[in-house]
Amino acid sequence: MEILNAFVLLANFVLVPAIAYGSQLALGALGVTLIYGILRFSNFAHGDTMAFGTMVVILFTWWFQSMGLHLGPLPTALLALPFGIAACAVFVLGTDRLVYRFYRQQKTAPVIYVIASVGVMFILNGIVRFAIGTEDQQFADGARFIVKAGEFKRMTGLDEGLAIKASQALTVVTAVLVVAALFWFLNRTRTGKSMRAYSDNEDLALLSGINPDRVVAVTWILAATMATIAGTLYGLDKSFKPFTYFQLLLPIFASAIVGGLGSPLGAIAGGFVIAFSEVMVTYAYKKFLAYLVPADWWAPDSLMQLLATDYKFAVSFIILVLVLLFRPTGLFAGKSV
Amino acid sequence: MKKLLITTTALAGLAAGMGAAQADDVKIGVFLGFTGPIESLVAQMAPGAEKAITEVSESGKLLGGVNVVSVRADTTCVDAAAATAAAERLITSDKVSGIVGGDCSGVTTAALTNVAVPNGMVMISPSATSPALSTVEDNGLFFRTAPSDARQGVVMTDVIMDRGIKEVAVTYTNNDYGKGLADAFATAFEAAGGKVTINTSHEDGKADYSAEVGALAAAGGEALVVAGYLDQGGKGIIQASLDTGAFDTFVLPDGMVGDALPKAIGADLNGSFGQAPGTDSQGAGKLVEMAAGAFDATSPFSAESYDAAALIMLAMQAAGSTNPSDYKGKVLDVANAPGEKILPGELGKALEILAAGGDIDYVGASNVELIGAGESAGNYREIEIADGGLKTVGYR
Repeated sequence: MEILNAFVLLANFVLVPAIAYGSQLALGALGVTLIYGILRFSNFAHGDTMAFGTMVVILFTWWFQSMGLHLGPLPTALLALPFGIAACAVFVLGTDRLVYRFYRQQKTAPVIYVIASVGVMFILNGIVRFAIGTEDQQFADGARFIVKAGEFKRMTGLDEGLAIKASQALTVVTAVLVVAALFWFLNRTRTGKSMRAYSDNEDLALLSGINPDRVVAVTWILAATMATIAGTLYGLDKSFKPFTYFQLLLPIFASAIVGGLGSPLGAIAGGFVIAFSEVMVTYAYKKFLAYLVPADWWAPDSLMQLLATDYKFAVSFIILVLVLLFRPTGLFAGKSV
Repeated sequence: MKKLLITTTALAGLAAGMGAAQADDVKIGVFLGFTGPIESLVAQMAPGAEKAITEVSESGKLLGGVNVVSVRADTTCVDAAAATAAAERLITSDKVSGIVGGDCSGVTTAALTNVAVPNGMVMISPSATSPALSTVEDNGLFFRTAPSDARQGVVMTDVIMDRGIKEVAVTYTNNDYGKGLADAFATAFEAAGGKVTINTSHEDGKADYSAEVGALAAAGGEALVVAGYLDQGGKGIIQASLDTGAFDTFVLPDGMVGDALPKAIGADLNGSFGQAPGTDSQGAGKLVEMAAGAFDATSPFSAESYDAAALIMLAMQAAGSTNPSDYKGKVLDVANAPGEKILPGELGKALEILAAGGDIDYVGASNVELIGAGESAGNYREIEIADGGLKTVGYR
């Protein structure tokens, strides 16, 4: 019983939130890593691309809600998702045409791309704030919880509750489906294979007749899809606020780099490493240990916290620095930065 | 030569004449966070201050009938550099004669020490509550119609203890306001025999608060004191705590009291409680009447903003000058006894009394009584969340 309590406690405050947050980061990092692998630059506009896609999803969600459309226990936002993805894809293809294509033709150094993407980031920032405002927007509807902490306690008779939000479950399920589809696409389809070929060796790929414009366009569409899905899931789980999406850029890049830029598998691993390290290192293990160790042996009187929560961002960046020092290509041997 | 002189004088006279309508206006800066973490509170604070300014201006009795206008400037609440630049602009380019503001403690301290004190400008803040501002080097230029958080810490302790809660966890927004309030509260609560299980900070505008909530939950407590902002990290912490079932009762100090919070969180917040500056004095009710739906005078710090602006203009009248160095010494005189009590809407009468050399005791909308170096003694409105809205349950 005590061991069960300890496990439920840990699941409720560490495992469940970290898995959901990790999935959101992984989806975001996948977009960053795809752009890096194929277009060879770090896209700083990715956080705001997420915000843009999510904004369109929210606007459609509101429209659907006003018409009385809904998906029962599932959030209406899922219905609006394809529209958001489409709008976001059109937008990023537009920025590619207007901004990045010019530099591609000039064969510019990657750092110029990065700076150009910072410019795109600020423009997107402005557009999103102009269209939907700077405030928090709630657009989640449908069932909010799968299991509530109180109900769980009553059901199991344990002292500790476990809460699983519908949005958390949805996040993990969607992330698994999206990642599976992406890997199938990259490994099994002709377009996917040509993308990987282009990423591995651009000159050889061009020689063998791969159409570079098509590869670039498909990459942008995939990145926009990932960004919109990640943004919408994040917004459903927490809330939508343009500023926090901009802030998400840091953990997303940390995930992509830790995993190895350019490696899709690495992006997923990196997302979970960052999410878990943020939550686990700063978690106070007092109650957890109190359950495991009989009270007459030893009762912890401190909080048993490795680091105060103030340092949680330091944790992900220490990991980032260590990875860059000892394994510059990341955990899954992507491209070195 | 003579001709030239005459022309020059005439031209100068003409220029002065043309500028007269402008130059004779007394300008008062309304220096609040129109953008940033407390923008939703400021939306009700700025109209409060401006109400007092138009009231005085329309009465036509200030210093023989000068026109008073307000000039808005943005503190951003969090960015000290931006606030300093905005205060600089108010003083050097807009040439204000007094400043209502700033709002958040950090930017207020920055603007005060970097700009107001070197330029000899009076600042009366309606909402900066950090205990550190009580002892800041201000040359007698800084006042506040808001009480120090040292006082709020004591009031919050009483509010919590009266509900029979003896053990709380505390999280605060990582800035001067949050830290000051959390420490003041922890000291007061422990002195009263309560126990603070953990006292830790959170950053505003972050993506995820599960780590913070995990630590708070592990420390435990009957309620969680959230000394943060209602449209920032404070809301994120509450949402995550409710989602994981870590806490179900929250104590909400002034920065968290607002209608936006119960609206965003929903029914789960029912039963949480807190306090914000406010009184049930006649004055508060009068201001609500005067606002007449134009703004919400019961919103936190709205009444204090009206009072801050009123105090500046009354002190000017008492000193017979709009020069800050002349009227700074009069602020305490008009705010406190002896004298005739002045409520909102009676500013015209107060100006008359002062012009005749009489004494006034400004009560205003927030029961102003300045103590110490010039800060409000502190009246608080105790609130409770019920049926998805704020409900006033008493005054302390």
